Amino acid sequence: MSDLLRVDGLRKSYGGVTAVDDCSLAVAEGTVTALIGPNGSGKTTLFDLITGYRKPDAGRVFFAGQDVTGRGPGRLYRAGLSRTFQQARVFPQLTVVENMVAAAGHRWWRQLATPRVSAADRARTEALLAEFDLTGDADRIAAELSYGRRKLLEFAAVLMSTPRLVLLDEPAAGVNPVLVERMEQHVRSRHAAGVTFLIVEHDLSFVMRLCDPVIVLDAGRPISQGDPSAVRADPRVLDAYLGG
Amino acid sequence: MIRGAVFVVTLAVLPLLGLPHWVLNMLVFVLMFAALASAWNLVGGLTGYPSLGHAAFFGIGAYAFALLLHRQTEITDGWQPFAWLPAIGVGTALIGVPIAAIAMRTRADVFAIVTITLLFVVQTLAFNLHGLTGGAQGLSFPVAPFPADTFERPFYYVLLGLLVLAMLLTFGTLRSKVGLALATVRGDEDKARGLGIPVGGAKVLAFAVSVGLTAMVGAVWAYYQVGIIYPQFAVDPLVTIAMVLMVFLGGRGTLWGPVLGAFVLETGQQYLAYELGASQFYLIAYAMIFLLIMLFLPRGVLPSLAGRLR
Repeated sequence: MSDLLRVDGLRKSYGGVTAVDDCSLAVAEGTVTALIGPNGSGKTTLFDLITGYRKPDAGRVFFAGQDVTGRGPGRLYRAGLSRTFQQARVFPQLTVVENMVAAAGHRWWRQLATPRVSAADRARTEALLAEFDLTGDADRIAAELSYGRRKLLEFAAVLMSTPRLVLLDEPAAGVNPVLVERMEQHVRSRHAAGVTFLIVEHDLSFVMRLCDPVIVLDAGRPISQGDPSAVRADPRVLDAYLGG
Repeated sequence: MIRGAVFVVTLAVLPLLGLPHWVLNMLVFVLMFAALASAWNLVGGLTGYPSLGHAAFFGIGAYAFALLLHRQTEITDGWQPFAWLPAIGVGTALIGVPIAAIAMRTRADVFAIVTITLLFVVQTLAFNLHGLTGGAQGLSFPVAPFPADTFERPFYYVLLGLLVLAMLLTFGTLRSKVGLALATVRGDEDKARGLGIPVGGAKVLAFAVSVGLTAMVGAVWAYYQVGIIYPQFAVDPLVTIAMVLMVFLGGRGTLWGPVLGAFVLETGQQYLAYELGASQFYLIAYAMIFLLIMLFLPRGVLPSLAGRLR
């Protein structure tokens, strides 16, 4: 298996705090890779650097064999690298269908004059809405959905662009156990359809059930990686979590 | 569509009913502010960028028009100068592009401050570029040669045309991907950028179209000012405030909200100005209306009503 994503010596500081420090790791194509680590270990910053939301101070990011360091998030999204956010960022005043269409990765300038949601657009959303059980909410305003359903919507929406790699930032946080299980199912079925995942998550049982390999981050760099049982047995990981 | 047709036909027939001059004069200003508010709505409502600088572009349109007329000694055909409106609109829109590209790097309250600064820069220029604008003495030009008993009519119909244009643009925007792109800018611009939506281009486009419309209205206003315009009225912060207030009252981001807001506030303002004399007391009423809207109808009349009905 080749590496779909590779990060080489990435560094990012904010003032005196170095959030990501000489971080190198790789995500192999076809895996569901987990990125875990204590609070403040730099997981979300690393996501921001990989997806182009922030520019690294040093280091390089390679996606699908190409150097994509410094590219904006929109270009990366269209190239097949999409992400969700910790706080389920959807457009609250748009309907569920509009949220899906907005994320479809159109050639916007050519389509500006086409209808806001054309029949073709709507048809494109149908399969995903059904898969995520959002069909009944299709024409509701996203703000009216529960937090958990907004998370499902955000996940479903980034799949509209048929990405190769999806970064999920805490998909199981703040949602009920039933929904956690559904998140897991959605990741599994999309994984089976060929999508590679990189998942930041604090719910370790979720991670251990779903992900392989697991990468552990501490103080902005990976300290351990391997299959779930190996990582769990690694004393450096216990140290990082329990404060050695 | 039917609603729109009824609205336009009703307004088109009004001046033919032999209404007194003061009513027609008031309606000219109602239409003027309805067009201005609809134009502002493209940026302030649909895109969510609270521009306080639109009066600057109103003034640019007014001075551009007055300067074109200024060189003539008399006007033979009163309708002819209206033919300059498209050029003034497009020209101002082009001026708006670089301004938007810079100002729209800021957001929310900072954007409001940047744009209000622009307003005062243009106002100061209007006062001080004596060679061009005549400064505080005003800029004079020949009076429109329309018959006195139907003097308001040409302005009324041209402003009605501009209002229809602004509403058609709003309607088209709301129904197309442009509207979807602008709505994502309003909702969460960073997320939208991350989805590959061309947020920068979309918001600059909205700003350019909005200020182009505003300038055309400013030009008609100048023509209506019998033969002279003064900087304090051509570049007037109150014009900006009125545009914002009308959109907030009627409902941001809606097609009919700005029009409703303009009809209510402009007639109300004229009534208050009449009742309270030439004093500026109506401004206090203005401020009170704004506070009441923010307290009780933060989304504006139309969205709140729609919310109740659902």
